[in-house]
Amino acid sequence: MIYYIIRRILWMVPTLLAMALITFTIMHLTPGSPLDPVADNANPLSPEAQRNMAKEYGLDKPVWQQFFIFLYKAVQGDFGKSYVYKNRTVNEIIRQTFPVSLHLGSMALVVAIICGLTLGIFAAVNQNGTVDYLCSLTAMFSVALPNFVVAVFFIILFAFLLQLVPTGGWDAPRQWILPTITLALGPMAVIARYTRSTMIDFIRSDFVRTARAKGLHERRVILVHVLKNAMIPVLTIIGPLFAGVGTGSFFVETIYRVPGLGRFFVESMTGRDYPMIMAVVLLYGVFLAIMNLIVDLLYGVLDPRIRYS
Amino acid sequence: MASSRAQSTYEVVTEAVEEKVEQVKPVSLWKNAWRRLLRNKLAVAGGSVVIFFALLAIFADFVAPYHYTTVNFGRNYEFPSREFPMGSDHLGRDVLSRIIYGARVSMTVGFVAEFIVLSIGVPIGAMAGYYGGKVDMGLMRIVDVMYAFPRLLFVILIMSMLGRGLLNIFIAIGLTGWVRIARLTRAQILSLKEREFCEAARAAGAGNFAIVARHLLPNSLTPIIVSLTFGIPEAIFTEAALSFIGVGISPPTPSWGQMVGENQQFIRSYWYLCVFPAVGIATIMLAFTFLGDGLRDALDPKLNE
Repeated sequence: MIYYIIRRILWMVPTLLAMALITFTIMHLTPGSPLDPVADNANPLSPEAQRNMAKEYGLDKPVWQQFFIFLYKAVQGDFGKSYVYKNRTVNEIIRQTFPVSLHLGSMALVVAIICGLTLGIFAAVNQNGTVDYLCSLTAMFSVALPNFVVAVFFIILFAFLLQLVPTGGWDAPRQWILPTITLALGPMAVIARYTRSTMIDFIRSDFVRTARAKGLHERRVILVHVLKNAMIPVLTIIGPLFAGVGTGSFFVETIYRVPGLGRFFVESMTGRDYPMIMAVVLLYGVFLAIMNLIVDLLYGVLDPRIRYS
Repeated sequence: MASSRAQSTYEVVTEAVEEKVEQVKPVSLWKNAWRRLLRNKLAVAGGSVVIFFALLAIFADFVAPYHYTTVNFGRNYEFPSREFPMGSDHLGRDVLSRIIYGARVSMTVGFVAEFIVLSIGVPIGAMAGYYGGKVDMGLMRIVDVMYAFPRLLFVILIMSMLGRGLLNIFIAIGLTGWVRIARLTRAQILSLKEREFCEAARAAGAGNFAIVARHLLPNSLTPIIVSLTFGIPEAIFTEAALSFIGVGISPPTPSWGQMVGENQQFIRSYWYLCVFPAVGIATIMLAFTFLGDGLRDALDPKLNE
């Protein structure tokens, strides 16, 4: 078990290196430079000033050297200064904004998992009934609609017409509601669909017939015998959902004015803020890898047949 | 006694089977799928909406009341009226016309980008699946890295580095989208190439290319088509998302995502500026999803049982 975890963590290193290399290559191979940005509000700089800036940021060195300097510093946890927010380091920005994104993302995931499971269970138990039909319709809508489109409809409906919640911001818990639900809808639908189909498979299986035959209460059969087995395939889908919640937050944070990392990420990309881009990409990479590891470890808890070696 | 009884049951059974065979006319896979698709009301509705938007995109020049760049001075931020059925934007441009032209971007991205994805992914997947060995190993390593990278993150990165524009959107979607279809094709080819018909083709003297192109690919067509019908709305979504955050289509060309993104800050005062394009995105996404679901059920009846 410990060896398994260590080996998985060691495997993250080549993956992250590859991600860093790809990102670095794309940034430096494409036309344009952070000194002469294409951003709307960028000031044109004189060639002399550009040379000085390049020296200051180390952009005058050969590209391969820049990559190794970046790696050397990144290993020590130093991602340098932001090019766009000139007097702040990348670490400062991340320390301020990442907790907000993490907060929003985890609330959304909790909502998605709880609601998705509930929807899926109800749909499976009432297979082909009205509840099932409504559930699959809801799931279809939530999967098909991009979250910024949903956000527009939610703001109009809940903030303007019904005046239940504010349109945006992140100061009071009341302002958390809409962003959380918007971000949770997509993953919720995927979980609901998956739970439904795997539960239906298990409801027909022999061990469930046995459980019913020995006189167990139907609720116990569904919640203990069926759900526990159905959770394993559902878990496989939850791993990749973290990625969806992560990238989905760019849009949700923009439209609800949430001061999280997602908004900074888009700004840093269009402003060619090299240190910031590298840091955010690697942060997402590490985060996803850890979440996938946790999901894989959870399999073992749910299914003792799985051995880690 | 016993044997004669068995004989008679046997005869009865064969008669019944023969009768059935006579009743059912031979129907090709495609005709059968088409018939099943037409029976699915949601899929038919979705298909009609898709055709409607496609026609709108093709004939935008004749349908739209104004050109998308026509500026009406002094008529900015007008609420929906008879003259501007969906209102006018900050430059006095007719929102309805811009939405009609916006369908062009969505449909083009949906079909062209997915065609590019297909023409990169299918050959690579087929090669990896058929030849195996080092080609396969190399491909699977690339796929692993691409899977660690959230797709949307990668697309945004490529777009902000290349700059806005339709061509760059094709490049970005093509570069990131082929992975999944390559994996799918590889899995299909891997399972098919051990079958007898493949061996028979080889015994008859067919070359590698002929076996892949004439025997293996046609047999793995159904899952590829199904993944295509889900890839098109994903490409449309990607374009809308990119344009929403300002790295997609470059203005003044209108795109639905861009219209929502530019106007979401005015949602309190001029709701119609971003609600109508949002409805556009929602409609086309749902239409493709319904059509895709219907196609999957029609092409793969096993899933329904």
